[in-house]
Amino acid sequence: MSIFEYNGSAVVAMVGKNCFAIASDRRLGVQLQTIATDFQRISKIHDHLFIGLSGVATDVQTLYQRLVFRHKLYQLREERDMKPETFACLVSAILYEKRFGPYLCQPVIAGLGEDDKPFICTMDSIGAKELAKDFVVSGTASESLYGACEAMYKPDLEADELFETISQALLSSVDRDCLSGWGGHVYVVTPNEIKERILKGRMD
Amino acid sequence: MSQSTVDVPPKGGFSFDLCKRNDMLIQKGLKAPSFLKTGTTIVGLIFKDGVILGADTRATEGPIVADKNCEKIHYMAPNIYCCGAGTAADTEAVTDMVSSQLRLHRYQTGRDSRVITALTLLKKHLFSYQGHVSAALVLGGVDITGPHLHTIYPHGSTDTLPFATMGSGSLAAMSVFEAKYKEGLTRDEGIKLVAEAICSGIFNDLGSGSNVDICVITKGNKEYLRNYMEPNPRTYVSSKGYSFTKKTEVLRTKITPLMERVEITEVTGEAMEE
Repeated sequence: MSIFEYNGSAVVAMVGKNCFAIASDRRLGVQLQTIATDFQRISKIHDHLFIGLSGVATDVQTLYQRLVFRHKLYQLREERDMKPETFACLVSAILYEKRFGPYLCQPVIAGLGEDDKPFICTMDSIGAKELAKDFVVSGTASESLYGACEAMYKPDLEADELFETISQALLSSVDRDCLSGWGGHVYVVTPNEIKERILKGRMD
Repeated sequence: MSQSTVDVPPKGGFSFDLCKRNDMLIQKGLKAPSFLKTGTTIVGLIFKDGVILGADTRATEGPIVADKNCEKIHYMAPNIYCCGAGTAADTEAVTDMVSSQLRLHRYQTGRDSRVITALTLLKKHLFSYQGHVSAALVLGGVDITGPHLHTIYPHGSTDTLPFATMGSGSLAAMSVFEAKYKEGLTRDEGIKLVAEAICSGIFNDLGSGSNVDICVITKGNKEYLRNYMEPNPRTYVSSKGYSFTKKTEVLRTKITPLMERVEITEVTGEAMEE
């Protein structure tokens, strides 16, 4: 069994018209036993930047705390929030530093950059950045997510349509994966507001 | 207070503090993670006026295509570019690092970078990690001494060649080069030959795919032709798109309005009336 299948996870991010959406499942398990159904995988770095971490839950939480620490230092020094592209470089450097003993997680970063242009990217566990213009996926359900997103995604969706698309892609993919699921957690971010929704999914 | 490791920005280099824990997990039977590889076909050739580099654009994670349009031709200096095959994080990190070192060297010497400088910096780094930094590179550029093309293997050995291929599709591409390469090619002939070699890698090797990127470097000029050829367009795209019959059920919604920026207009102060 792969180390990433220890806890199970599914994270996906999509780009819309001047907005982005990032979604994850809510299950936390220990191999085949479920121990929580409200695990927070997506965290806010600042109002226009979110990071979703899939993989081993302990590294998810540790890495998140390290990144928030570095971002707070940046805010104190620069007196502004970090741009998403800069943040992606920071995460990549922190992960590559542990090249021979890596953090066992795969981040998905989503943010609104300058001129409210959405930015998404994902990385493998040693920081190889993969920038995409449409969608990025990560986690044990990633193969199903690739398929679902490839079929359902359309460019330039508005916030509500984007929410519907990403939720349907997430729920249909985690239904085919034993290790993730138990609901969904979706954030849709536009320049003016953050909409956070909890989805009703199959609880098995 | 017991000694605590403060998480200040590190001085540089690799950190090995999670190795023991990861080894323990592997011994307990959990498999180590697989990294993003660039299966790849990368090529380079020297033509009459300079160097042409070419690469495909597929990044794989095991058997799955993770990125259909990634960039494998990395910038090193205004006159030097480097294609990378192998573990994606290693090729990106090593080319970024040497690119910064070259820039600092340019500031110090006041001269344009030479290809052989980049070559020595790369091979020293890769050899010191004994092949564990898995980056196979095709380095090409034009400097004051002329056009140069080198290949660098993950263990640190290098070759200097008039035409070179690396990656899983290297055999497919090399067959095209061996058949059709000749010295003194013109720019258009060179680009056509490189595109043909990359296409042969794209169509015959499963680890390479998608589009062809080309970079032409001549004395004092460079042209990065991103997605020069797209021989694999998405066919049968439905214009209607996907329509959902059932809407998603939402349990809870929380809307956080973001602060609108406040404009402060200075009003010329009027003395308070008493």
